Amino acid sequence: MTATLPPTSSPQLEAPLAAPRPALAHDWRRIARMGSIAAFAQVFIALSNMPVALDGRTMVKPVLSLGYLVLLILPFAAGYRQGHQTKLEGVTQHAAGPNEVVGGLACGMIAGGGLSLLAVLLANFDLRDPLVNWSPILLDTLTFGNAPWFAVVIWLAIGAGAGASGGVLRLLGPRSRRATVTMVLAVIGAAVLESLMVDLADGLRLEALTDRLYAKRGGVTWPGALVLAAVSGGLAVVGRGRFRTARARLANLEGAKRSRANAGLILAAAAVLIVLPLFAGKLTNELLANVGLFVLLALGLNVVVGLAGILDLGYVAFFAVGSYSAAVLTAATSPKISPEMPWLVALIVVVVITGLVGLFIGAPVIRMRGDYLAIVTLGFGEIIRLLFQSDWLSGWFGGAQGITLIPGANIFGLTEVSGTDPRRVFYLVLAFCALAIYVSWRLERSRLGRAWMAVREDETVAEAMGINTVNVKLLAFVVGAILGSFSGAIFAAKVGSVFPSSFLILVSIVILVVVIFGGMGNIVGVIAGSAVLIGVLGGPKQPGLLAEFSEFKLLIYGALLVWMMLARPEGLIPSVRRTRELHQVEMAQDAWLRGQVDGEDGGGGDPQPTVQP
Amino acid sequence: MNWYGHLTKVRKGRGVISLVIALLAVFALLATSCGNDDDGDTVEAPEATQAPEAAEEPEATEAPAPAPDPRGNALGDGSLGIVEVEAGEAIQIRSLQAITGDVAGFGLPIDRAAYIAADDYGPIHGFDVDLGASLDDLCGADGGQAAAQTIVADDRVIGVLGTSCSGAAVAAAPLVTNAGMVMISGGNTSPALTSDLAGTAGPNHVKGYYRTAHNDLYQGAAMAKFVFGELGFTTAAAIHDGDPYTQGLAQAFSDAFEDEGGTMTGFSGVNKDDTDMVPVLTEIAAGSPEALFFPIFQPAGDFIADQAPGVSGLEDTVLLAADGLLNANYLPLPQTAGMYFSGPDQRFGENVNQSTGKTAADFTAEYESRYGEVPSSAFWAHGYDATILLLDAIAAASWIDDDTLMIDRQGVRDYLYGLRNFNGIIGTINCDAFGDCGSSKITVVQNLGGEENIEASLNNVIYSYEP
Amino acid sequence: MIGKALRRKAPRTGVDWFLTVMRVAALTVVAVGLLAFIAQEIDTNNPFARWANPDATGLTRAQFQGLIVSGVAQGAMYGLIALGYSMVYGVLGFINFAHGEVFMVGAMTGMITSTKLADAGMWESNFIGSLVLIVFVSVIVCALTAVIMERVAYRPLRGSPRLIPLITSIGVSFFLQNVSLVLLGPAAKAYPDVPDWVKSKHTFLEIEGAKILVIVVAAASMVCLWYVVERTKSGKAMRAVAEDAEIAALMGINVNRTIVKVFALGGAMAGMAGILWGILFRSVVHTTGFLPGIKAFSAAVVGGIGHLGGAMTGGLSIGVAESVGPLLILEPLGVSGVSQLRDAVAFAVLIGVLLLRPNGLFGERLPSEDRT
Repeated sequence: MTATLPPTSSPQLEAPLAAPRPALAHDWRRIARMGSIAAFAQVFIALSNMPVALDGRTMVKPVLSLGYLVLLILPFAAGYRQGHQTKLEGVTQHAAGPNEVVGGLACGMIAGGGLSLLAVLLANFDLRDPLVNWSPILLDTLTFGNAPWFAVVIWLAIGAGAGASGGVLRLLGPRSRRATVTMVLAVIGAAVLESLMVDLADGLRLEALTDRLYAKRGGVTWPGALVLAAVSGGLAVVGRGRFRTARARLANLEGAKRSRANAGLILAAAAVLIVLPLFAGKLTNELLANVGLFVLLALGLNVVVGLAGILDLGYVAFFAVGSYSAAVLTAATSPKISPEMPWLVALIVVVVITGLVGLFIGAPVIRMRGDYLAIVTLGFGEIIRLLFQSDWLSGWFGGAQGITLIPGANIFGLTEVSGTDPRRVFYLVLAFCALAIYVSWRLERSRLGRAWMAVREDETVAEAMGINTVNVKLLAFVVGAILGSFSGAIFAAKVGSVFPSSFLILVSIVILVVVIFGGMGNIVGVIAGSAVLIGVLGGPKQPGLLAEFSEFKLLIYGALLVWMMLARPEGLIPSVRRTRELHQVEMAQDAWLRGQVDGEDGGGGDPQPTVQP
Repeated sequence: MNWYGHLTKVRKGRGVISLVIALLAVFALLATSCGNDDDGDTVEAPEATQAPEAAEEPEATEAPAPAPDPRGNALGDGSLGIVEVEAGEAIQIRSLQAITGDVAGFGLPIDRAAYIAADDYGPIHGFDVDLGASLDDLCGADGGQAAAQTIVADDRVIGVLGTSCSGAAVAAAPLVTNAGMVMISGGNTSPALTSDLAGTAGPNHVKGYYRTAHNDLYQGAAMAKFVFGELGFTTAAAIHDGDPYTQGLAQAFSDAFEDEGGTMTGFSGVNKDDTDMVPVLTEIAAGSPEALFFPIFQPAGDFIADQAPGVSGLEDTVLLAADGLLNANYLPLPQTAGMYFSGPDQRFGENVNQSTGKTAADFTAEYESRYGEVPSSAFWAHGYDATILLLDAIAAASWIDDDTLMIDRQGVRDYLYGLRNFNGIIGTINCDAFGDCGSSKITVVQNLGGEENIEASLNNVIYSYEP
Repeated sequence: MIGKALRRKAPRTGVDWFLTVMRVAALTVVAVGLLAFIAQEIDTNNPFARWANPDATGLTRAQFQGLIVSGVAQGAMYGLIALGYSMVYGVLGFINFAHGEVFMVGAMTGMITSTKLADAGMWESNFIGSLVLIVFVSVIVCALTAVIMERVAYRPLRGSPRLIPLITSIGVSFFLQNVSLVLLGPAAKAYPDVPDWVKSKHTFLEIEGAKILVIVVAAASMVCLWYVVERTKSGKAMRAVAEDAEIAALMGINVNRTIVKVFALGGAMAGMAGILWGILFRSVVHTTGFLPGIKAFSAAVVGGIGHLGGAMTGGLSIGVAESVGPLLILEPLGVSGVSQLRDAVAFAVLIGVLLLRPNGLFGERLPSEDRT
């Protein structure tokens, strides 16, 4: 539901504003169009059963469930968005005024009208045959248990209210706007992170705090929400600017100081990650371990896609090979050969095997053009899963019955890491993530990394510069494969069994979404992507914090991928170089515009927050 | 082997150094993490009151010692710990089923049955039962493990109803039972989770795991005996879809059929997304079997039934399927008329659950009024009985001490292992030493065909098998 | 053919050496499998056949014909879908991964309309009329879906790096698939029963009516498409845009409108394939489009993407190969449960063809590729 995040306007571009527009001076067609799009989307959300399915998840105790929250977002977003003024050279910028509120109200009302109409239709027609969610329960949810006319009125009103508040948000100055947004996000965030917070608070002996904040059966309590909003709003007002100054200061540091600061930050992050699990319960640790496994996978894919620009849609193959070879090497129940190696020894063999598989898959595809490569890697991914599942090789890999009773990972006889203790799993994953991060970081700055990026940007030029593109790309494939196999080996030890159904194409796609959402080519971005997507929404077979979303997970993943590509192809936390590549044209235009306005800054509509290199 | 020739040139020595450093780093981190971990354990020891074995033992010895009276004849010896439910709190149990994805039609009725059963049962010794929100096993080991972690994080939970899929139970059962809880499944049928019916525990069997669903081996044997004995065929073939359940059942049938003296002329698999079944059917047709058993799911099951008669060599082959296809969506399809289906005895008829007095008819009426549809699989009955068993076990292993309900975890297990002749909706329930509590009665029905005959077909029992 | 592929790169590196080994190994497996099959067809007790697979049973003529026919019918549908991939690629130079889902939308639309028609009694009384009607509805819905998809997701991305629209289309694919899931539910949905003449085998060649229908309709659609592209003004515009969009624009061709037409035409073909699928298999779920989509994508690549005849040829080759391959090559080699490996065979064909001919069977480098 990132869609609600209003784009933070960059204040340095604020030109003097003209007087507010009169309240009713609107491009009504635009409002009608935006409103109807929102209304259409609202009806779709309603018919997708989200309101009913998510109604069980309380956000703010007596008043708001997640089900209703998803119906509020769109009118609000439409109301906010309609007040948007295109920033272009020569177009007058008006100050916000009643115009925005009226527009928002109208827009939101149309959006709400979609649900009103739906309620009437639900009450009078039966379309349950094709539309499975055309049910009395949905009608009940929309009417709040009243007559259909009530739904008509109430949704128009709710839509208008949400839309108008979207408009009001435009009226606020940047400071109060930020405070408001922070307040809302803090409450929603607290509600989303409930199980995590309760679990952590238990470990830190802060139950008293969470007992007040959360109601007994889920949801933030009403007073808790108010206090939280007040505190976060206050913090936003007080802390405003400090964070930014700190960041700017950090970015302006040079040479040794900078790297010292970076090292400090990394150490701090590492310390938090090492200490936090000690206080967290199984729940948090399980979540962290799952996120960590995907970080590991995403870091591996990042080398392939992000650095070398090879769109590998069959990355799950390496995860599968890693898991299965670890299982065969360590489990006593492995059907054909069971050397029962200790996990660490097995890992070395696993790395060799996966590296060879990486070479084997990589060699034929490496010369292919981008799109061909995508489909061929996808094919390889499927072939590998089918082989593991087949009766033909079931004598080796157990076929459909998989391999079960895989022992935990024995680390030098000191400790055994298995799924029963997610904390140890997390530490193990953390160690491998550290390794993967270190390797990716070193590689990115090495000659090889530069060669990868050169290949990504233009293969022909790279070849002309004397880079052996085939070997370089093959190496990216192998490095990616090895990183993926770590994740696979840990996965086998963690779950204690491997089945072919854990390695569907879907996994490849989810990892790809994680990498792209986070920011291709950027390590921090990839980690943030996994944390947000896998942690909150959940992975292909891993529940996230919002487990209620599991039915809609893939729908959201799909929409997110499209939206991300359209709005922000460089991802959540972009890599600088990648941003430049993606916005080359815009930047060139900006530069040209600036030249035209004779050095006057702030001409072109630069949609990108400036990223400090 | 000079692929690497160039690579080493690119990376020069630095690559090696950085790798060494990286490895060192990882070992250092591992060492610290292990250290931390051990520290963690020692630090945690005092607050480890959540760990059942270590922590609740003192309570256990404490509780009965001062006042042996209130305990009465509640079962158990406290060896797995005792859960205290204070006045005003509820007894915590959980439901863990496959409630999303393509198997939701199987898991959802079991999940919903648990809620209906808990409502029917009412309070235990005056304490309410709380099922919490349904958890999703995602029909796989990884999903089952993650959900089980969520459950065991709450040490108040006594028992778990689930899972739907055997694959999920393989990973979830050890976690749940290690925490002292019990797990009762209404959907798992894999022999690996209980026993081979000859006294040998399955590889994935753990103490504290029970199920009301039948063991696959019964169903495989029932179908084999039906085909060999009743239909009088000596050749048969089987098709599965790569799912552990279907593959296991097809294998069980195949083994049992050969034990009977028949010949398996083919054993093959399809993929769940396949639509064109002509190739697999041609593969099977090469052996000209008299019967073809495909214990799979929809939609692949639709295609096999549809295309089999058109394949040369299979025109007269009798088609057989199992409980995965025995549902209201599949039976009305024109191509399935006359097919045989094995499955648990669904003639629940006048069976009454002895603890709640509910019959199948009462249940379906209530289900329909609650969820606006009829249950999409017959396993609701197993889910219902499983829930009642758990609640009965809790009632038998608990006592009130000073307004606090004490529940003995070991007592819950003792009750279940000792259960004999319990009348449930699925029939008479006896638990064996490996947790198989299901009614072992398997029936084979023949589809009469058509939308209007669904009910009649389900009751059209041709053969029934009870070892 | 092989020699040419081998001579392409002057410096022979380890990779080239490895690829040569792979090519030889692939061809050897295929050749030995085929020989073993021929041997067992001559006589199942043939020592060579026995050596490869002791349990060899062989196929009858009718069975073999059944395999080929079902492969051709399946392949014809892959081919129809592949046309959409190929046309879009020709014009825009990117692969619209979501095209398979347009096909699923077509099959779903057909299911909904035909069920409603069956409720109204028209399906039984006038089957041909109903069929024409559902084809019409489904073609329109699919063309619209494809056009909306282009407008919303792809048009804003013109001119961005190659991978961006490809990744977007993966997102669109997941989105559409799950829209169908949440709106229409996860259960398999059946088409109403079709008349006997569609289901039963005809005396003529012993082929089911539905398969004849599929093959005939696919061929007819192909001819129509060829006519549109080669003989009409719009088709000329499409070819011009495919050749060079900028020059085409200078020549007064409305590039945007032409691209929309291409998407609409591709969508219409997918809609047609969707209905044929529904008539042949009579059951559809939300995942119906995914695997056929990927295979059609492979078919387009196998045929040489951007080449319409190639797309059809590719579709037929993949269809026939995955139908015949397991029993013709793998089973004689003693692989058990070969039908499980059918998708693997389809992808192996893709990989094999690209190993031998990197641009596909009829492929050449397209002008649109140099543009990006």
